[in-house]
Amino acid sequence: MPEMNMIQAINDALRVEMERDDRVIVMGEDIGKFGGVFRATQGLYQQFGEDRVFDTPLAEAGIIGTAIGMALYGLRPVPEIQFADYIYPAFDQIVNELSKYRYRSGGQYSCPLTIRTPYGGGVKGGHYHSQSPEAYFIHTPGLKVVVPSSPYDAKGLLISAIRDEDPVLFFEPKRIYRAVKGEVPKGEYLVPLERATLVREGDQCTVIAYGAMLHMARETVDLATKKGIRCDLIDLRTLLPFDIDTILQSVQKTGRVVIVHEAPRTCGFGAELAATIGEKALLYLEAPVLRITGFDTPFPYTLEHDYLPDAPRVLAGIEKTLNF
Amino acid sequence: MSSRSLDLQGVSTTFTLTGEFEMQNIDINTIAQSDLQAVKQNHALTLLHEMLRIRRFEEKAAELYSLGMIRGFLHLYIGEEAVAVGAMQAFGQQDRIVATYREHGHALARGVPIRSLMAEMYGKANGCSRGRGGSMHLFDAGRRFYGGYAIVGGGLPIAVGLALADKLQSRPYVTACFFGDGAVAEGEFHESLNLAALWKLPVLFLCENNLYAMGTALARHQSQTDIAMKAQGYGFQGEAVDGMDVLAVEKATRRVADWVRQGKGPYLLEFRTYRFRAHSMYDPELYRTKEEVERWKERCPIATFQTWLRQQQLLADTTLAQIEAAVDHEIEDAIVFAEAGPSEPVEDLLRDVYTQEG
Repeated sequence: MPEMNMIQAINDALRVEMERDDRVIVMGEDIGKFGGVFRATQGLYQQFGEDRVFDTPLAEAGIIGTAIGMALYGLRPVPEIQFADYIYPAFDQIVNELSKYRYRSGGQYSCPLTIRTPYGGGVKGGHYHSQSPEAYFIHTPGLKVVVPSSPYDAKGLLISAIRDEDPVLFFEPKRIYRAVKGEVPKGEYLVPLERATLVREGDQCTVIAYGAMLHMARETVDLATKKGIRCDLIDLRTLLPFDIDTILQSVQKTGRVVIVHEAPRTCGFGAELAATIGEKALLYLEAPVLRITGFDTPFPYTLEHDYLPDAPRVLAGIEKTLNF
Repeated sequence: MSSRSLDLQGVSTTFTLTGEFEMQNIDINTIAQSDLQAVKQNHALTLLHEMLRIRRFEEKAAELYSLGMIRGFLHLYIGEEAVAVGAMQAFGQQDRIVATYREHGHALARGVPIRSLMAEMYGKANGCSRGRGGSMHLFDAGRRFYGGYAIVGGGLPIAVGLALADKLQSRPYVTACFFGDGAVAEGEFHESLNLAALWKLPVLFLCENNLYAMGTALARHQSQTDIAMKAQGYGFQGEAVDGMDVLAVEKATRRVADWVRQGKGPYLLEFRTYRFRAHSMYDPELYRTKEEVERWKERCPIATFQTWLRQQQLLADTTLAQIEAAVDHEIEDAIVFAEAGPSEPVEDLLRDVYTQEG
């Protein structure tokens, strides 16, 4: 089985789907001739031509609106927003048009499109190349929100997203685009949406993470194991709709929960997870659900590694919940 | 008025009283002169009939609104009927229509059945959007009607995408995108015109310039009030048309739709028109004078067309009475249909958020 990094796995997923289904169209800013600023679409323009891989102007509302029209009309567009920080001009199209199209037309129209976008910090990108805006979209019924953490999942989840009848926002953790490698099968395979996966097994605490944070959380959980603390580590993979069953099974076993994400704390996705766990598993809990997150500030430049959750903060959280 | 002509250009659209529509291809060269006159008359009366359907439908809707039968918001098209009716003549069944939030007229002219439209106004499950949307969110996939858009300008990039899908799949269709002058101030207008021109897409931008973005006059919201001219900035053509003249609207739209259909890229038509009623049902109209409204009412597209038809001896009093009676009957029937329709069951609250639940 070939070893790939996440960029290669995403590129491979796009190629596999484009070869299989000529309705799949890739579009975005500099994704064609240039191959994408992170090279995710490298070689696709040469292989599939400019009718299926096309460069767009810097017009995010136009890109997403156009993709909606294409999806309404028999195509399966995969628009790229170059950085998640640039998605806001398209917010109206995503939240007002895309997410509601099926609902407000009484089920007459579907919008099968997948928006790929690199997100997250840790690359010295500063305020506008580092944000994690997933919560805005998780708050939007009608969308699906997916965040892979490994090359294997990135490929399998992206193929599932492209084949899904509903719109999917596919947030790619750019910090680990090349830093994480793993075995990726050739050809097509699916990783189902809406299913979390248990990455580490333990019975004392449940750690929940996704995206780039998953790797830091795994190192922390392994560190905790050496200290004699046994944790479940859940990689959510799909944030909307999220896999509540896997979470509850773990919480019922451990009674303690630490949620990790790099987005700001207030109304971040951790808040929703904590509330849902409280509603559904209160009597299993031995301690308050803890959130280890980014801070309530615009994304910082020089202090980003103080902003981002790290192993000492997560380990302290695990110990705090155990000592409650 | 006498300078107007009825130019069929070989195609006529006839409407039956149930609101269904069918296209007829007529070869003018092979029909006798007396038949041509009949075809012209038939088409002219169809235009009149269609405008009257919209006018009476909306008058009734306003009445039902004040009775509390129709809720939510209600934006009347009264005064602008010539635009939807005239323009819609240019499009075939496979062409795509993207409308606005003031879209009862577009839906009716497109042939969305009046029963399902009235039921949608009532929010009933037998409405064209299953009662989900109401007045501003009319959809009809079977008639390629891609909705009302309550977010001003929201439909423009989507129309561009529909046209792009046609171009990529080598289909000979046109996407008609209606919007108001207010939408011209939105960023999506400019992004959409640029994309459509850049990619030479078969989309026809149809601006209904009724001179007010809600209550803000054109000159108070546009640095350049000549909207048709804006197309030039994107390297394609635009022109202004008298939006109170149904024949002028039809003629211009047919000509330009053919042009777009030939793969020559987008086109912008600016229909200069006027809204006789308030913006919505909650608008004291402090932003314009009664005199201004009265002056425009003298140009009522239905009254002036009727006058012209009489001058041409194409309209007899008995015919007009028959049309009016047919329209009244159709609307009363639609109300009965809507009132008898079921409400959406509460079990459907979460339906169609995602595909699986459907």
